[in-house]
Amino acid sequence: MDSEYSHRKLSHLRKVLERSGPFCRPDFEPSSESLKFLMQTCKILVIGAGGLGCECLKNLSLMGFRQMHIIDMDIIDLSNLNRQFLFRHKDIGASKSETAAKFINDRIPGCNVIPHFCKIQDKNEDFYRQFHIIICGLDSIIARRWINGMLVSLLIYENGILDQSTVIPLVDGGTEGFKGNIRVVLPGLTACIECTLDLYPPQITYPLCTIANTPRLPEHCIEYVKVIQWPKENPFDCSIDGDDPQHINWIYEKSMERAVNFGIQGLTYRLVQGVVKNIIPAVASTNAVIASICCTEVFKLASSCSPSLNNYMIFTNTDGIYGYTYEAEKNINCLTCSQTIKEIEIKSIYIKLKDLIQLLCSKNDLQMKNPGITANISGKIKTLYIQSVPSIEEKTRQNLSKTLFDLGLRENSEIIVADVTTPNTIMLKIKLLKNS
Amino acid sequence: MASPIPKSPEQSEKNRKYDRQLRLWNDHGQALLEGAHICLINANALGTEILKSLVLPGIGAFTIIDGNKVTEEDIGSNFFLDADSVGKSRAHVSTQFLLELNPDVRGDYIDEGPEQILNNSPDFFNNFNVVIACAILEKSLIILAKKLWELDIPLIVCKTIGFVGYIRVQVKEHTIIEMHPDNEIPDLRLNKPFELLKTYFDSIDLNNFDIRDHSHTPYVIILYKYLQQWLINYQDIPRTKIEKEQFKQMIIDGVRKDENGIPVDEENFKEAIKAVNICISHTSVSNSLKEVLNDNSCINLNSKSSSFWIIAKAIKDFMENEGDGLLPLKGALPDMIADTEKFISLQQVYHKQANTDIEAVWKRTLQLLRQLGKPSDSISEKDVKLFCRHASELCIQRGSSLANEYDAKLINTNEIAQSLENPESLMVYYVVLRGVEKFQAEYNAYPGEFDDHVEPDIVKLKACISKLLGEWGCAPLAKDDYVHEFCRFGGAELHSVSAMIGGLVAQETVKFITHQYKPINNTFIYDAVTCSGSTFIF
Ligand SMILES: [Zn+2]
Repeated sequence: MDSEYSHRKLSHLRKVLERSGPFCRPDFEPSSESLKFLMQTCKILVIGAGGLGCECLKNLSLMGFRQMHIIDMDIIDLSNLNRQFLFRHKDIGASKSETAAKFINDRIPGCNVIPHFCKIQDKNEDFYRQFHIIICGLDSIIARRWINGMLVSLLIYENGILDQSTVIPLVDGGTEGFKGNIRVVLPGLTACIECTLDLYPPQITYPLCTIANTPRLPEHCIEYVKVIQWPKENPFDCSIDGDDPQHINWIYEKSMERAVNFGIQGLTYRLVQGVVKNIIPAVASTNAVIASICCTEVFKLASSCSPSLNNYMIFTNTDGIYGYTYEAEKNINCLTCSQTIKEIEIKSIYIKLKDLIQLLCSKNDLQMKNPGITANISGKIKTLYIQSVPSIEEKTRQNLSKTLFDLGLRENSEIIVADVTTPNTIMLKIKLLKNS
Repeated sequence: MASPIPKSPEQSEKNRKYDRQLRLWNDHGQALLEGAHICLINANALGTEILKSLVLPGIGAFTIIDGNKVTEEDIGSNFFLDADSVGKSRAHVSTQFLLELNPDVRGDYIDEGPEQILNNSPDFFNNFNVVIACAILEKSLIILAKKLWELDIPLIVCKTIGFVGYIRVQVKEHTIIEMHPDNEIPDLRLNKPFELLKTYFDSIDLNNFDIRDHSHTPYVIILYKYLQQWLINYQDIPRTKIEKEQFKQMIIDGVRKDENGIPVDEENFKEAIKAVNICISHTSVSNSLKEVLNDNSCINLNSKSSSFWIIAKAIKDFMENEGDGLLPLKGALPDMIADTEKFISLQQVYHKQANTDIEAVWKRTLQLLRQLGKPSDSISEKDVKLFCRHASELCIQRGSSLANEYDAKLINTNEIAQSLENPESLMVYYVVLRGVEKFQAEYNAYPGEFDDHVEPDIVKLKACISKLLGEWGCAPLAKDDYVHEFCRFGGAELHSVSAMIGGLVAQETVKFITHQYKPINNTFIYDAVTCSGSTFIF
């Protein structure tokens, strides 16, 4: 067994792991144990088998890691092939995670990549607890926030002191065109995804009155068909599937009709696809840059040979090559990772429940999507509104236009909020804004 | 009657496959990419990672030059080899593996080193669009660099050792048409409206509008109207901060009031106030564009002039004549609060003038082609249109010769000496990397390559570096740390560091081929330990 670790093909890695250097972390002890740990013990989870995920599996396997899991619910599409290099034309329609895992296991002898063809939300705490490091290459902010919440919920505090052995580092990458970013999160210790939620710009939305009454751009016409005309005419008896060419064709034709009527130019099929699917431009080279930095960070964390990125890096390569590193700060009032009791400030106890929901969605540090609310009212747990379960939605819909007061809430009442952005419910204490 | 609505166009397989990148560099960028042939010298991990990121987006063709046989060490760091490749030609095996990535791409190889090719077939490199050299020895590098400099073919030299990466771009002249700036400054001509625009503006009387029309008037019209008022009392447009504030106040005062005299909420006026700072200014030509228009290649065209310079000259001629000192109009109007009718009619005014300007530049282009004795179809109207749309972004980069950098008398020693005074500067890595090249030339190995040589190699590498610094007239390195670190690396190629530099080199290659986005000028150094990178100019 020992000869496997001293094999000549590993000599590149052995030089940095078995020799000490002036810029190593002070606690780094060069020895052959590091490589053994990477190959035998260290378990890495790669979330997302897309552009970044494919790169990560390759990078990690050539940086000595052997025990990897990959999770992705998607299947392979033709438009993935310009960058997701573990997939071929014949793989279209197959599971991304399974195809990627098989490719790596076949190419790199000894590699043991285990695929999971499902959503991250399908796995529980016991699944996530088994990993030493998690690397995340997702284009969904909701999923990022969810995994962040999961890792924070795995932390154990004893007498208010964090048990460091429960910290699972999260290395997160994202790209857009020739730009990208990398961050290293040590849950409970450094800024988490929720601490810096304002780093993610809210999605572009067009005011309803513009798309309905005063469209000016081709995008306005597309949005109109998407949010008003489709639900009304329901042409295929289902909601919009951006990957169904029939759906896109219908939206294209209807928005073109609208654009022509209003004298709006510049509507193209590509634009229709882009708006309907919210497509982010993506290219192989940028994925390579961002994923490789993520994997270097995983290598540093696992071997402790060098200090980690502290803790955020941005690349903007449209004008030369420009990288910028800074330390994102922990938010002491973070909804997810701080130990304080969270509060939500409202103008008055006489606002309606729907206004409270609106507030939960629009507040910069919350940005929830479709929060469900229960509350502790005089010692009894009462469901105020839940959108995601149709039967409960129907029963609770009438509460939306009631005031918080009428629902039995007062200052210091506690509401319990569930949302797709977090695996756990969040307790919020109602506070009235002082000056009102 | 409305014209019939077109049916959805059939999407070609290629369009669908490349959709995510076409949104970056568009169909014309893709066409250039698919017509390009690049050469890679040495298919080490870095080399194959670069090619991977060029084969996937569909580069036309690549040629690998590599005389090495695959070793066990190669397999440990290079994804485009496998366990059965040991002992085979590295050029051959990696070409095969890379071609699997994309059936649209052609690839071939020569299993000889660059030294032999430079000796035996000196014209070999003449027809590549970009040449990329990895792990090339100093002696061959200088010969190759001189050659490509004369041929005016971009050369990218790159390497990684341990946690450190290096990229040097050598290009004699590179022209950029589309810069893709993050924030585009709208071309509105408020202080110098063209006839059509002036007539349009003058046909509008804000005072006659009812409240609905008033609050749905595009801010461009609002700004123009208040600028006209301003100019009754002032000689010039508001320029200073105080003047701009006064001007903004005029606009605020123009907001309609309700029956109680309280200003109503007019979003378009808020937009107008926000737009004052960037929209109220003299339309001027940027320095980098001036550089293009006053360049010798632009002023003195000859039969060898490229289309870039011919169209640039046509634009210059346009500006000096019918353009009245201004560039051809961009013709794009940013979105702003307005009703459809007002927005579209204003948009059409800009659009129409832009087409008139394109027509004029196109005529001038044809005239220049005639004068140069070139066929009239050597430049298309579409090219001219693209140029006019991006005229304000046109840019020329002139690089410096690598051969000069390797000449102790010609290298930019000021940059080195100054940077070395800053203990944070990554320049020290440049110096050590140059020292490593000297070491390799002398001892035919990387410093620290063998486990039992690490200590003695530190002394030798230090000597190489001191000699170099002495030749450059620079003081010796303050600390030995960096020398130690490189002997620890022992020439190791860490895959994730090579993958990172490989991605960057692929980005730069795409920039050269498409003439979109701005490449680095001219050296980039990256330290993966601190995650910091710096650009230096040699
Ligand atoms: Zn947090």
